[in-house]
Amino acid sequence: MTIAVTKLRVEDKLFQNRYLVDPGRPHIKVRPHERPSANLLALTHVCPAKCYEVNDKGQVEITADGCMECGTCRVLCEPSGEIEWNYPRGGFGVLFKFG
Amino acid sequence: MIAEEFDAIVIGAGMSGNAAAYTLATHGLKVLQLERGEYPGSKNVQGAIMYANMLEKIIPDFRDDAPLERHLVEQRLWVMDDTSHTGIHYRSDDFNEAKPNRYTIIRAQFDKWFSRKVREAGATVLCETTATELVRDANGKVIGVRTDRAGGVLYADVVVLAEGVSGLLGTRAGLREMPKPETVALAVKEMHFLPEEVIEQRFGVKGDEGCVIEAVGTISRGMAGLGFLYTNKESISLGIGCLVSDFTAAMESPYALLDAFKNHPSIRPLIAGSEVKEYAAHLIPEGGHKAIPKLFGDGWVVVGDAAQLNNAVHREGSNLAMTSGRIAAEAIVHVKRRNDPMIRRNLTLYKAMLDKSFVVKDLRKYKDMPALLHTNSSNFFTTYPRLISQAAQNFMRVDGTPKIEKEKATTAAFIKARSRWGLVSDALRLAFAWR
Ligand SMILES: Cc1cc2nc3c(=O)[nH]c(=O)nc-3n(C[C@H](O)[C@H](O)[C@H](O)COP(=O)(O)OP(=O)(O)OC[C@H]3O[C@@H](n4cnc5c(N)ncnc54)[C@H](O)[C@@H]3O)c2cc1C
Ligand code: SF4
Repeated sequence: MTIAVTKLRVEDKLFQNRYLVDPGRPHIKVRPHERPSANLLALTHVCPAKCYEVNDKGQVEITADGCMECGTCRVLCEPSGEIEWNYPRGGFGVLFKFG
Repeated sequence: MIAEEFDAIVIGAGMSGNAAAYTLATHGLKVLQLERGEYPGSKNVQGAIMYANMLEKIIPDFRDDAPLERHLVEQRLWVMDDTSHTGIHYRSDDFNEAKPNRYTIIRAQFDKWFSRKVREAGATVLCETTATELVRDANGKVIGVRTDRAGGVLYADVVVLAEGVSGLLGTRAGLREMPKPETVALAVKEMHFLPEEVIEQRFGVKGDEGCVIEAVGTISRGMAGLGFLYTNKESISLGIGCLVSDFTAAMESPYALLDAFKNHPSIRPLIAGSEVKEYAAHLIPEGGHKAIPKLFGDGWVVVGDAAQLNNAVHREGSNLAMTSGRIAAEAIVHVKRRNDPMIRRNLTLYKAMLDKSFVVKDLRKYKDMPALLHTNSSNFFTTYPRLISQAAQNFMRVDGTPKIEKEKATTAAFIKARSRWGLVSDALRLAFAWR
């Protein structure tokens, strides 16, 4: 219950932001895995845009549309190769009006 | 694309990149600056307090047209527990000076302004362009960059890496390590809009005066963290940040922390009725002096957050970024004037100049602070704030208990929570790290 409420709130928050999504070119990918590592699992809480979620099979998936490009998931999971992290193409992604 | 060769390519149009590009261009160098955002500032997040002195050294008359929000006359430091805050307030009319010392700004607007100055100084600025790779010659000297636009390599004598905290180029090229979860904080921030008069009333300021609140305590739930609230002209910037390693260990969600901070009884009335127009997240380098990477090499220098030049203890980053950008540019200009190649031996001048500046001196002063706060976070951010609040409440509540007993109860509470030895050792370690 609390999770559902929190999720709603993040989506409301992200709704205020401006994004230019690059369709079909996600800038972050999760490496296929059976069981997520502790760090990967932590992203489902720690990502400030709640881009990471656990699917029915217990694996971590990403939907990068609301991503604010903060780099937290990169710091946590790029060194182990669990995710592949890039910037969106120039001009795409989050566009802060105030920052 | 542009098929010419440049004296310098600057990666990024944030605080450090703009300072570097501006300084290089005003000294007559041929400069290309690349920015991945649609406009400068569109990817950048800051609290944001801007320190005038460091910008004055670059653009002395910036006050004439820079987008500034409020100049600061009051600073509050709050130690919070769940229902209270104990504060130190400093306010002085001396800050109402002809050339104020600190201002709040809105980064997206400020960066656009700074970038206009860079263009006026003669640099070529290309936005919506992500540099994807550093290009080197057979000897390993950096000679240019590849971008995600069609076209080949853009060549320059030297590349200034002003790419911010998460900087892909430098880390991928092996010039420095990627920041570690314990050397970066994740901060989330919202922009709360309120009418000017309401802000003035609530914070006791008038005209362009502004007030900032910085808060530590149980708001960070035992993690090493800081909350902030800064007044702009018609909005309040409000946010909270904690170390990524702490967030991960605690499995806390930054937005939940932010919402709890907003709902704290000491904060809620200050933002009541506001309209939120943006939610942002960004990393802050917190590794301090020990995390500073190699600052220069053959054909490259690194400045600002990308080099971890950020003073977490004083929440200063933009001024270190601007200063390192300016100094790197001045060093490059020196080398260029002597007609020397942009190689390691010559670019060492940048480090020599930076070591003499406040940037490295300040970071050296606090070199033990990050580790101390990190290893002791639950004491500094939960236990002590709770105790301080209890002590203050004990002191203020008038209930017929003799004062001497109150004093004893306060001392006993401190000792019970942390043991005499623990208290002394924390105090000493804090004092040494601060020294
Ligand atoms: C929440 C928060 C509050 C803060 N509060 C304060 C404060 O009150 N006062 C203060 O002084 N400091 C503060 N800071 C720190 C301050 O924001 C930074 O120190 C400062 O912005 C660093 O400047 P920079 O130029 O090094 O990096 P950035 O400002 O991050 O700029 C990097 C630029 O490079 C661009 N870029 C990156 N990679 C590429 C690429 N490959 N190709 C093209 N472009 C690229 C980015 O889009 C960006 O524009 C705060 C930071 C945060 C997150
Ligand atoms: S970069 Fe930040 S916002 Fe984007 S997915 Fe990673 S953690 Fe989430």
